[in-house]
Amino acid sequence: MSPRTLRLRGLLFVVPGIAWVGAFLAVPCLALAVVAFAQRGGFGEIEWKFSFENLKRLAGWDLFGWSPDNLWILARSFWVALVSTVFCVLLSYPLAFFLATRPSKTRTVWMTMLLIPFWTNLVIRTYAWILVLSPNLPVARLLAFLGFIPPGFPAYPSQIAVWIGMVAAFLPFVALPLYTSVEKIDWALVEASQDLYADRWRSFWTAIFPQTLPGISVGVTLTLVPAMGMFVIPDMLGGARFMLVGNLIEEQFGTARDWPFGAMVSLALMILTLGTLMAVGRNGKAKEARA
Amino acid sequence: MRKAGWFVTGASWGVFAFLYLPLLCVAIFSLNASRSGLTWGGFTLDWYRRLLHNDLVLRAAANSLILALASTAISTVLGTLLALGIQRIPWGKRASKGMEALLNLPVVTPDIIFAVALVIAFGALRALTGLFQLGMPTMVVGHVAFQISFVALVVRSRLEAIGMDLEEASFDLYASYGRMLTSVVLPLLGPGIFAGAALAFTLSLDDFVISFFTSGPDSITLPIFIYAAVHRGVTPEIHALSTLVMLGTIAAVSIMQKLTARSGAEAGA
Repeated sequence: MSPRTLRLRGLLFVVPGIAWVGAFLAVPCLALAVVAFAQRGGFGEIEWKFSFENLKRLAGWDLFGWSPDNLWILARSFWVALVSTVFCVLLSYPLAFFLATRPSKTRTVWMTMLLIPFWTNLVIRTYAWILVLSPNLPVARLLAFLGFIPPGFPAYPSQIAVWIGMVAAFLPFVALPLYTSVEKIDWALVEASQDLYADRWRSFWTAIFPQTLPGISVGVTLTLVPAMGMFVIPDMLGGARFMLVGNLIEEQFGTARDWPFGAMVSLALMILTLGTLMAVGRNGKAKEARA
Repeated sequence: MRKAGWFVTGASWGVFAFLYLPLLCVAIFSLNASRSGLTWGGFTLDWYRRLLHNDLVLRAAANSLILALASTAISTVLGTLLALGIQRIPWGKRASKGMEALLNLPVVTPDIIFAVALVIAFGALRALTGLFQLGMPTMVVGHVAFQISFVALVVRSRLEAIGMDLEEASFDLYASYGRMLTSVVLPLLGPGIFAGAALAFTLSLDDFVISFFTSGPDSITLPIFIYAAVHRGVTPEIHALSTLVMLGTIAAVSIMQKLTARSGAEAGA
């Protein structure tokens, strides 16, 4: 059969799926870049007058002069996503080795234990933390004792609550791919490093760590992307003073009904996410090349 | 494989406690008789009983299931076709690259951006056609849009594993293309399609953000209901509802683990 007829047949297979994803995801994502430069009409509709107003507003200029609020929100979202990812990697490391050292019979049980929180709805998991952080329960008492919150108050909404919620939410996203890497580790390399008189620390960094990099890079991607746009956790645990970019977007499409500015903020988030992923990818490749 | 040291073991137990403590907390409080939250007032199943008579909750549960079933059915068909088309047709370099990018789009984009893009798409379509009022149909469209890629990725990896040999053999035996698909590829592809569908189903049940942006007043799902309830002020009924959803998740994950363990053992044997 000629490649031409094969391709014609292939079109029948591919077109429905591609048309669906294209029409409802890809093209609208591109359309965000157009809407972002339009304006909000008097009734919350889109007015097709193009200008850089929304970009200026994102950078902080409005009728009353300049304020860094929006830029702060962007920077904070980036910082929160980055630091939660680092914490997830740190906590996943022992967990991955723990899972990989279980005998094969109990390993399925432990894996199931990790998959259950992974698949439990995020709204429920976040709401569960609201309960744990309620006033007069141990966590709130500890934080009150340490002076973070006044006694008798809940530990949310607060910055700490958002950090806890984020790390708890994304930990399985890192732990699962990391475990896959750890399971494949070639221990002969570790023995070789010991034969060459490497101490434990050296042997970890030169023989074990490089072999876990593929798992880490998958886990970091899986965590960074949703963490950057996170809206449920800061909404439920953070309150108005610890807003992230997800909340800003939701506000524009919800109560403020300012789609163009919302599109501009979304565009900024999209660029920030892709930029971070590219930086992480390049860094990861450089590290692998060195190792 | 070596043995785990005390640090690894201790830290792992700590991490598991960190993951499960909150969930346990919800389950315990769902059995608490005292209404105002955090003091223990004795054991009761009353909140569960009340749930069964709460029409809003029942409707939200039904909506979640309808949404998950409908979107999974559509996305499984479209995703499987897409995987077959991408994997088995000799596309040019640029076409394959473009399709690859489209497949990976949901992996590298925060879901809130999809939600916003869908809102804008539905708004434009509403202005053009008068259809696409936000509600169950728009939610299904949105869910299918992000499920297709995941189904296609899963099915495609299975297609890669199967290889082309049996397909070529069936052509040598004068099977038509349709016959080859139905009696060679689809039976072999079964487990892959099932795994893709299961993933799509869980993704739909798990989603909050896309449903939240594209739902109408009559198409509230369970996560949206719980989210709204938290903003109104939590009642013990919400503890009970969350506990039931968690139990459902535990059952589903355990069954899936059993199934994959078995099929893995069969493949190994």
